[in-house]
Amino acid sequence: MEGGLGLLGVSGGGCSGASTNESTVSKVEVVVDAEASSYPIEAELELGLGLSIGGGSVGKGKSSVWGECGRILTAKDFPSLVSQPHRGHNNNNNNNNNSNATASACVAVSGTKRAAEPVSHEGESPTSISKLLCGSSQVVGWPPIRAYRINSLVNQAKASRSEEDKSFGEKDKSNDASKKICNGNKTNATGNEKGHLGFVKVNMDGVPIGRKVDLNAHTSYETLAQTLEEMFFRSTPPVSSMGGEKQQSANLSNLLDGLSEFVLTYEDKEGDWMLVGDVPWGMFLSSVKRLRIMRTSEANGLGPRFQDRNGIQISKPV
Amino acid sequence: MLRMASSFPEEVLEHVFSFIYDDKDRNAISMVCKSWYEIERWCRRRIFVGNCYAVSPPMVIRRFPEVRSVELKGKPHFADFNLVPEGWGGYVYPWIAAMATAYPWLEEIRLKRMVVTDEALELIAKSFKNFKVLVLSSCEGFSTDGLAAIAANCRNLKELDLRESEVDDLSGHWLSHFPDSYTSLVSLNISCLGSEVSFSALERLVGRCPNLRTLRLNRAVPLDRLANILCRAPQLVELGTGTYSAELQPDVFSSLAGAFSGCKELRSLSGFWDAVPGYLPAIYPICPSLTSLNLSYATIRSTDLTKLVSQCQSLQRLWVLDYIEDIGLEALAAFCKDLRELRVFPSEPFAQEPNVSLTEQGLVSVSEGCPKLHSVLYFCRQMTNDALATIARNRPNMTRFRLCIIEPRAPDYITLQPLDDGFGAIVEHCKDLQRLSMAGLLTDRVFEHIGNHAKKLEMLSVAFAGDSDLGLHHVLSGCENLRKLEIRDCPFGDKALLVNAAKLETMRSLWMSSCSVSFGACKLLGQKIPRLNVEVMDERGPPGSRPESCPVEKLYIYRTVAGPRFDMPGFVWTMDEDSALRLS
Repeated sequence: MEGGLGLLGVSGGGCSGASTNESTVSKVEVVVDAEASSYPIEAELELGLGLSIGGGSVGKGKSSVWGECGRILTAKDFPSLVSQPHRGHNNNNNNNNNSNATASACVAVSGTKRAAEPVSHEGESPTSISKLLCGSSQVVGWPPIRAYRINSLVNQAKASRSEEDKSFGEKDKSNDASKKICNGNKTNATGNEKGHLGFVKVNMDGVPIGRKVDLNAHTSYETLAQTLEEMFFRSTPPVSSMGGEKQQSANLSNLLDGLSEFVLTYEDKEGDWMLVGDVPWGMFLSSVKRLRIMRTSEANGLGPRFQDRNGIQISKPV
Repeated sequence: MLRMASSFPEEVLEHVFSFIYDDKDRNAISMVCKSWYEIERWCRRRIFVGNCYAVSPPMVIRRFPEVRSVELKGKPHFADFNLVPEGWGGYVYPWIAAMATAYPWLEEIRLKRMVVTDEALELIAKSFKNFKVLVLSSCEGFSTDGLAAIAANCRNLKELDLRESEVDDLSGHWLSHFPDSYTSLVSLNISCLGSEVSFSALERLVGRCPNLRTLRLNRAVPLDRLANILCRAPQLVELGTGTYSAELQPDVFSSLAGAFSGCKELRSLSGFWDAVPGYLPAIYPICPSLTSLNLSYATIRSTDLTKLVSQCQSLQRLWVLDYIEDIGLEALAAFCKDLRELRVFPSEPFAQEPNVSLTEQGLVSVSEGCPKLHSVLYFCRQMTNDALATIARNRPNMTRFRLCIIEPRAPDYITLQPLDDGFGAIVEHCKDLQRLSMAGLLTDRVFEHIGNHAKKLEMLSVAFAGDSDLGLHHVLSGCENLRKLEIRDCPFGDKALLVNAAKLETMRSLWMSSCSVSFGACKLLGQKIPRLNVEVMDERGPPGSRPESCPVEKLYIYRTVAGPRFDMPGFVWTMDEDSALRLS
């Protein structure tokens, strides 16, 4: 391709763009093109490496490029308040796409119980799991369909199935609903009387920018909690520009087990804030309006009581 | 100022200009001479800003002091598919705040893909005494509280259209904030809302607004309430139903059918969530006069769909799910000779295997049978070069052609060749093509075709296509009228961009994500071209922390006279002269 562009020449390429009917645009100096052609050659080589966009899975291609250019910081880089030696799971280049949306959508199958336990899929690439869940498409924003349209389809599919947890991997039509979600963060504006929500907002104390998570992509609390942990406890958002958030010091243990500095709560249809995890998943789905990752210190007195690891009640029931 | 003897007095010129509405024409007028510029700017009443960051509110207000209608667009188109992270920008509040003082007589605000807060809505409600039209298309950031403020305060409101916006739906109570004395509603679109509004409030509102012509209800309005609403508004021209599903009951059916028959002016229908075939015949009486039908939420199957469209001989626009199948599209081609626009959406976009028999043949049939067809959006699972070439030959009047094959990089399924020639035929035959989205396996050759032939092309969307920078170069150097280019997951890098850097200032915007444009090239572009904002989006952290050759995640370049913006979130960096300093 070097040869191809060389033939086109420096000035030809640049100036042709100026031949439009726009009369108010000033002509840009051709000087730019000269610099372009003398752009460092090594860039060529590095770009050639790794980025296998032309073929092969998007995920794998990305990982190798990022491996060269810089690491994504993972939980291992940060000290945790409560040691969880088995928890190495998340971010090893799991961003097969650049947006958090994929991370949230490509949920790991955990199969763990609610109490803290080693994550069974540790080390496994999320891309293979997402294939399970998302069918052929593990790519954010593909096919290019608006979120409200997808949610509408999902709601129609859900209308005919029960709200109990289903196991993964079932190929029947009714499970298409859970497979439908690979599109990450967009709120569902068509949450209707049946309570079938798609994307709900998630805010975390101390973080100015909220996120959205698609509840339809999950069939259990564990997967939801893991997704949220990946979303909020990674360090990838530039810490300095967010005013020095203490994200890295928040530990990574299960948001559901009450051990971490944060707990996961939700606002239900009546406007009350409840702890996530106490009601059956289906009931939770039909009543949740939005989520909040709250500091444990503020969570006292919320909803039903929850217990710490030693079984001691550390908050009063409402 | 020197006046030519033959020049018209200002008043005459102003009167003449008042017949010119189109922006391009107005812009052309203002360029004739200084006096025309002055006259024109004082009498321009409507402005359109295609990219809210291309210009600043004070600049607009300074030039056009007497504006009555404003249209703004915010986020890039790919935000629709979740490629733009939240917090990116597109905030309307600064505009509203500036206009609140500058344009007290503002009547119309139309926004697309912008972040609108309740504060902004409240400010609108109290600042503009003659406010008439609010259209929020694909917007977000506001709740039903903001809507309540609008309903309560805008006495002269004619149009409230929330199409496809994401609303924090706290309750349906906001609708009841329209005072009893309010009767000027002409158009209401709440189809994106989830909550139930008070049906009696809705019925009373509809009943007391004699000029109501457009009513798009939300899903929460049950079918058995529809008849009552229709009976109060027999003058309706456009209707969006709520849920179109109920137990089949003869009395419900007959009152519904009667209500529809009474709406002699009805030309456009939408809604139809959960549609059950049993209630479809209720609309048969009005089908022959329908010009627009949106069944894209209706899960009815091809037999019922075929029966339905076969009666809509006046149909000009059809949006439908792929349940219509090839057989339904053949019927469409046979009966709907006035069809101008067709959109076919996938019912199971993530399924591996096709669930319906919708192929390239359906689109070919419609292209053969419908001579006025010029706008197409088609999701399918297979395509051939031959089919595309046939479509192109059949419909040289095509202006918008958007094809999506569900599987990325799918080749011609018969020859296994790339679809280069098929799309080449499209751009070659359809000389007035303004918008194109491509799909399937595509090499640099298709871009060569586009660069050579697509001279009227204004917007191009590319995904998973091309082999090298040459592809991008063909487009940037050949498409003279290109305004918007959006690219994802293509192996396009620095060279084509840098060689065609001047082109970028002639376009509204360029989006590139998951491509191979290096951080160094972005910096170079930003530094060298003064009136471009080169924004790099990277959620991995500051691009300066990685080698310059490292490709950026997302790149959004747009021309602007307002300089770099200051409302960027932490994951967006602007490349400009200072960027070298700031990013180290």
